[in-house]
Formats: sequence, C-alpha cells, structure tokens
Amino acid sequence: MNLSSDFSRGMTHGIPIALGYLSVSFGFGITAAASGLSVFEASAISATNLTSAGQAAGIDVIAAGGTILEMILLQLTINIRYSLMALSLSQKLDKRFTASHRLVASYGITDEIFAVCSAQKGMLSPAYMYGMILIAAAGWVMGTFLGASAGQLLPESVSSALGIVLYGMFLAIIVPPSRKNRNILCVVIAAAVLSLLFRYVLTAVSSGFAVIICAVSAAVLGALIFPVKDEAEQE
Amino acid sequence: MSTAVYIFVMASVTYLIRMIPFTLFKKKIKSQFIRSFLKYIPYAVLSAMTIPAIFYSTGNFVTAAAGTIIAVVLAFFDLPLIVVALAASLGAFIAGLFL
Repeated sequence: MNLSSDFSRGMTHGIPIALGYLSVSFGFGITAAASGLSVFEASAISATNLTSAGQAAGIDVIAAGGTILEMILLQLTINIRYSLMALSLSQKLDKRFTASHRLVASYGITDEIFAVCSAQKGMLSPAYMYGMILIAAAGWVMGTFLGASAGQLLPESVSSALGIVLYGMFLAIIVPPSRKNRNILCVVIAAAVLSLLFRYVLTAVSSGFAVIICAVSAAVLGALIFPVKDEAEQE
Repeated sequence: MSTAVYIFVMASVTYLIRMIPFTLFKKKIKSQFIRSFLKYIPYAVLSAMTIPAIFYSTGNFVTAAAGTIIAVVLAFFDLPLIVVALAASLGAFIAGLFL
C-alpha cells in the first residue's frame, strides 16, 4: 500500500473522531473562556495537549493559580492511561515506523485514536496515523476556537447547557464498562465517594490534588482487591 | 504565574507520557499490580472529575441534574460518546426552559 492511500485511509477513519471532537471541544472552549482564558490560550492548550480530561483539569489549576507541581502531578495522574495505550500501540507499528516517526505520532495518541488504531487488522504505518491525527486534531482545535470565541455570542441558556458536554462524554466512557464489570463499578463508586468527601468535607485540599488522591486511591484499591487476571481481560 | 508556563508544562507532561512508552518500550508490562492499576485509573480519574463537578457544570443544579440523568441512561444503553454528550446538553437546555 502506498503512502498517500494510507494517509487518506487514516483521514477517512478519523472523520467520525473529528466530528465528535468538534462538539466536545466546543464545550471545552466555552469552559476555558468562562474561567478567564483568551481564545488564543484555549486554542493553544487544545493544539498542544489533545486530551479532554487533562485539559479540563488543567484550566481549573490555571484559574485557581495552582502550583506547577500540582499541574505536573495532575497531568500525570489523568493522562497516565496514555502510557498503556502507547505501549500497546508500540507493538503494532510496521517497519516504516522509525524513531523519528514515533516521536511525532506519539503526540496523537488519544482514547479514540487508540481505539480505532488498535481495531485495525495488521500493522500501522506512519502515514495512516498521521492522516487520522491530522483530521482529529483539526476538529479538536477548531471546536475549541469556536467555543472560546463564539461562546460569548450564544444566549446564556445555550452556553450554560453546553458546559455539561465534556462531563456527558466522561459518563459515556465510565458507565458502560461499570455496567458490565462489577470491579470497575466498585472503583468508580470509590472514586466518586472520595471526591464528594474532598468537595464538601476536606475542602482545604485543592481540586487538582483532590482528583489525584481520589483516583490513585480508588485505582490502588481496585488493583489490590480485584487484580486483573490475564491480558485477555484488558480492554 | 504566566498562563504560557502552565500550558507549556501541561503539554510537555502529556507529550512525554505518550512519547516515552511509544518510542522506547518494546516489552509488555508483567506486574499484575501495575497492569491492574493502569486498567482502573482512567475510570477512577473520570469518576472523580465528574462527581460532583457535573452538578455545577451548567450553573444550575436542576438543569445539570437533568442532563446527568439523561447521560447516565443513554450511556447505560451503550450509545456513542457524542450522542450521550450532546443529549446531556440538550437535556440541560430543555430543563432550563421550564425554570
């Protein structure tokens, strides 16, 4: 298969991802603008980070004037899942994937791109991943730009309703596996209960550290009480 | 602290998390504890980020709760991410019309 057809196949497979990103990042743009970031800053975050949960948590830290250490630990905790995805995809790269291609393509490992790439039969070429990453990132940045700039033009009733979009997507990620797997459900509930505790009782802890403590504690509990038996069970 | 510094730090950490395993590691992780932890951490993170923040996401508890219920129900029936996300928003908007 030649380079350009791999590239366009990647772009085609990336279109649904880009459409989803467009609307979710529109919500992120609104949230970012509401917490005091400029249109350029919001778009720059999306262009350089390409991740929903990490960005949403990051703008909270910026708005609260948190420490750099808090930002680093928060991004590590929230985005550490990409390490596993990157690790898994690294076993699936064809021989055209030289070290420099790996350095570039690693920028675009998101939940959705990982899902589509790992569902492909056979090995992945750099051109295929670049096509998908390009269109997905374009949708993500465009949506952020539109949300941050047009967010203020929308009626209050519409822009406030769009504030829930990102969280709706998070629920769409956690609810289905929680329904099918009781161990995941227990971890999800433990994290939520801890999070409520930090929000209403232990309010001295900043929101970034609270997310880290809740998530790491719940995942460690899960790993100790419900160890994953073999790799076939991994999603 | 300048916003540019925060953005640089966010972007660098996020990139390194993706780049290091993608470029350097060739072997699978063997530790059962670490593999289990890595399996659970995304759900734990998203749960902690969503609860209770989602109820403040629209600036009104009632509209946010309406959107949340719709999202949970649609997600329960395995609808695509984007459908669940937009339906939550539509639900919050419609609930707002009745307030």
